[in-house]
Amino acid sequence: MTEMVGPYAPRVSPLGCGALLFESIEPFGQTAQRRVWHVANQARDWKGIRETVPGMNNLMVVFDPAVAGTEAVIRDVLVAWQQEPPAVETGKLVEIPVVYGGPGGLDLAVVADHAGLDADAVVRLHSQATYTVYFLGAHPGFAYLGGLPEQLHTPRRAEPRLQVLQGTVAIGGMQTGVVAQTSPSGWQLIGTTDERFFDPAAQPPALLAPGDRVRFVPVGIER
Amino acid sequence: MIEILSTGGMSTIQDLGRHGYRSVGLGVGGPLDALAARAGNAMLGNGPTCAFIEVVLFPFRVRFTEECRIAVTGADSRTSIEGRPVWPWWTLTVRAGQEMRLEGPCGGGVGYVCVGGGIDVPAVLGSRSTDLKAAFGGFEGRTLRKGDRLHCLPDSRRAGTARLGGFGVRPPLVGMPKGAAEEQPGATPVRVLPASEWDCFTPEARDSLVTTDWKISPHSNRIGARLEGPVLATERKLELLSHGIVPGVIQVPPSGQPIVMQCDAQTSGGYPKIATVIEADQWRVAQTPPGRSLRFQAVTLQEAQAAWREQCDYLHTIEQASRWAAGTS
Repeated sequence: MTEMVGPYAPRVSPLGCGALLFESIEPFGQTAQRRVWHVANQARDWKGIRETVPGMNNLMVVFDPAVAGTEAVIRDVLVAWQQEPPAVETGKLVEIPVVYGGPGGLDLAVVADHAGLDADAVVRLHSQATYTVYFLGAHPGFAYLGGLPEQLHTPRRAEPRLQVLQGTVAIGGMQTGVVAQTSPSGWQLIGTTDERFFDPAAQPPALLAPGDRVRFVPVGIER
Repeated sequence: MIEILSTGGMSTIQDLGRHGYRSVGLGVGGPLDALAARAGNAMLGNGPTCAFIEVVLFPFRVRFTEECRIAVTGADSRTSIEGRPVWPWWTLTVRAGQEMRLEGPCGGGVGYVCVGGGIDVPAVLGSRSTDLKAAFGGFEGRTLRKGDRLHCLPDSRRAGTARLGGFGVRPPLVGMPKGAAEEQPGATPVRVLPASEWDCFTPEARDSLVTTDWKISPHSNRIGARLEGPVLATERKLELLSHGIVPGVIQVPPSGQPIVMQCDAQTSGGYPKIATVIEADQWRVAQTPPGRSLRFQAVTLQEAQAAWREQCDYLHTIEQASRWAAGTS
């Protein structure tokens, strides 16, 4: 079904007959992500497109199958994917105070063991990096952040926890973020914050937006 | 006005969901069984934004303080008004002061009570759906309780003008006889389309997906139906980048036990996706209670699209019947 168009043609797969997932074949990073944001912004306005949902180095397009044909959506996205994305302005910088470890950061030791480090070194590495908001997803206001130091990359849990509390700072694979609303999660929990990330009465309802930069500020380590 | 006399819990006000906010991580929500909800609204001549009651646990009793046109769809909830039984998938006018009781389906499932004009709750971010996870929308962002009083929006087809006795429509199992998946005793047949990581699963896993009666776990909820059966393994360990998902996607966490995402699914996920339940069959998953089983059948994209068109035609037929019954066609 996928016809290769140009050097950056993403991998395409259907999720039912009203959604398509486009996965970039470019190396994961800001350049590829700018392309994802660019296609998402364009495709949003096409006829029959319901929503465009950027992911980490990928893009989901949700459409009305009665209005937009699968083949046509694929063709148009692949064409847009070849365009040079405009350079984006850097977003706002948001600092997030974090208490690492303790009852809200049960997996700090798991991450430390996996990295072959002690807890202090994990906290130092996690809080010294500046992260970029790649996209929001999973639940309202949750920002997927790029820029996690490679040493801290830790696989997700085999069985997701049924309830992880709002404000939990976590690591999943090569990604990190803060749980914005109490929900199930398979990520490794390393700390907590009091910051609020989503308010349905606010406009926009989410604190963070793609392109923003985030820094974690340690205010304590509990063991 | 509608007064809630008793509820088994987990019943909420919904509409067809909160669209347009996936990119800030807010899922669509809406009804578990969108087909039944849309059919109920169509029977009343309601617009697509009209809110209704989704009944998950029974018995559910309400009293109408004014005349009201209603439609009851979804699982056969053994409904009665003042003790007189009402056929499933039936619409009629309820008189002021009358009490309606939904006893609950014998085998489990979800019921829908739609009213002419729709339930009057404030729209939040463009929808009247209750978001239980974020606790906003619908009726005070929560499930309905005894004593709650619901108002209805003005009914464009004034109560009392409908032809006497109301009318019914064929439930989807009878109304869409071609409904591809062959009905069989025991497991609910559900059609699936292979998804992004289909090829990454072992041949045994792909075979198991479509040859197993997958039991629905009691840990299932509006987010996902968790299934119990053989372990589905990938050829090698995959660590995927997070990506958008939609209701219907079947994720397989490392435990190998698949999860069918439902209406309150997260907007993104990271587990391998073996397949997606096609749009036309998502209501079948929602209407299969924990303890019962699903049997998957793989179809092509063309077959999935044809099934979707068949469902659109079915709803269109109900809209026509409704106009006829109201004397507007």
